[in-house]
Amino acid sequence: MSAADYEVTIGLEIHVQLATRTKMFCGCETSFGDDPNTHTCPRCLGLPGSLPLPNAKAVHFGLMMGLALGSKIAPRSIFHRKNYFYPDLPKGYQISQFDEPLCDGGELGGVRLNRVHLEEDAAKLNHAGGTGRIQGSDASVVDFNRGGTPLAEIVTEPDITSAEQASEWLRLLRVTIRQLGVSDVNMEEGSLRCDANISIRPKGQAELGTKTELKNMNSFRFIERGIKAEVARQVAIVDGGGQVTGETLHFDPRTEAITSMRSKEEAHDYRYFPEPDLVPVVITPDMIEAAKAELPELPLQREDRFIALGVEPGAARTLSWRPELGDLFEAELATDGSQPKALAALITNELLKRIGDGEVTDSKAAPGSLAQLVALTAAGTVSSSGARTVLDTLFASGGDPAAIVEAEGLTAMGGGDELTPIIQAALDANPDVAEKLRTGDMKPIGVIVGFVMKETKGRADGKEVTKVTRQLLGL
Amino acid sequence: MIDAKQVLHVARLSRLELEPGEVEQMATELSSILGHIEQISKLDLDGVEPTMHVVPIDGGLRDDEPEPSLPIEVALSQAPKANAEGFIVPSPQA
Ligand SMILES: [Zn+2]
Repeated sequence: MSAADYEVTIGLEIHVQLATRTKMFCGCETSFGDDPNTHTCPRCLGLPGSLPLPNAKAVHFGLMMGLALGSKIAPRSIFHRKNYFYPDLPKGYQISQFDEPLCDGGELGGVRLNRVHLEEDAAKLNHAGGTGRIQGSDASVVDFNRGGTPLAEIVTEPDITSAEQASEWLRLLRVTIRQLGVSDVNMEEGSLRCDANISIRPKGQAELGTKTELKNMNSFRFIERGIKAEVARQVAIVDGGGQVTGETLHFDPRTEAITSMRSKEEAHDYRYFPEPDLVPVVITPDMIEAAKAELPELPLQREDRFIALGVEPGAARTLSWRPELGDLFEAELATDGSQPKALAALITNELLKRIGDGEVTDSKAAPGSLAQLVALTAAGTVSSSGARTVLDTLFASGGDPAAIVEAEGLTAMGGGDELTPIIQAALDANPDVAEKLRTGDMKPIGVIVGFVMKETKGRADGKEVTKVTRQLLGL
Repeated sequence: MIDAKQVLHVARLSRLELEPGEVEQMATELSSILGHIEQISKLDLDGVEPTMHVVPIDGGLRDDEPEPSLPIEVALSQAPKANAEGFIVPSPQA
């Protein structure tokens, strides 16, 4: 069988560091990039006799996420101890949630959620081996600054069926959380981390295959490549008559190699039990109201609103999944709301092309000038190819669109009289094309339009050229 | 009841090294503790709310206000081995 004969099933587990000022269970400040071990106290060092106390803001952020993702909020949830012995965990356990999480279920972009729960982050191990990887070093230095940072863990149901869908969905989750303002969701800095549970099964088989867990992929590119590599590995095993072993795997983006993290495997016996040092978290109606009051418009809602304005679905998605583009669109629309569809198209096609890998702020176009350009195009003052030339100038140095049209001689030509001699010249210069057109085969009309555009420096309107050509040929 | 194999498994998870004699002793002691718990679990407790805490405690949340952290020398003073950066441990993967 080949890869196409298998169905892929993927579930994601995402850890998000919450943007609180202090840690989950103590008053140490959360930090990134500070000198190691400068944000610790008896609680986050796990010293005997210290007692945890949950951060109200972390609970509030957890509620905002649960509400935004359509989860059921538990009126009362419980912290558990997840026991494993590892130097990044000073207490020998992580305070997490188990069978009574803060948020139960939910859905985002067609993918069902299993839960959202709160827990504390582990410390950071720096491996003295120096390669930055876990394997191959014999001493490690522990930095407890990160230890105890509040985390929300989001677990999906196994509703994802391809690597591409996984990374696209993760982009949606990231922009949704960013919009909520509860996390920086920066993969490079580790404030958004993703593990994937992956299995394959022959098409049509109801029962899911054995899943493997691919750990800690720290960029969208790696997630897509890592999942693809793991699916290929599983297909090769099953095709060769073998069986996939359920295990935890590490993807090395440099070599694309997938290796087993065997030594951590044993620790999977977590022996959860209720954290005796904490009381249940009781969520009052006031807390829910406070979280609801802070919910912003979410990307999917914004997408729907843009579509309702008449924006093409693809453009609406680009604008709402890249909020800075959406904000630009709304700001321009506020100056002239008459052409939402064309304005959205200008921003998501032409402007985005000029931005490339850069930022929206690279554009020098003055506020309102994009909407003006769209209005000039709609009024027929400038052709769409002329408008692209104007946009080049707006992007590079700003200015007034109408003045640029004037200065660069881009005023669109009227129809008929002015165009007729140029089109006649085009037909004369391309007799074979003219012949074909005469028979009603309009395919080579592009040659004529191209000729006219070149002659008029793009001032002509393509539709008008086609119309006049037909008239000239008596069609 | 708890046998030697289970004792060794739990000891491994806790990174404890047990002498052969201790394994037997642990198995006996853990078995008697679990036996005691088993006796309690025979009670009919349907409809009884689990007691999480002896006294009811409300709220139990903390405002997100920073408190001073320990100076790094103090934080590292309890470490069996440390350098200027932090706590040195044997690599868990070595
Ligand atoms: Zn602390």
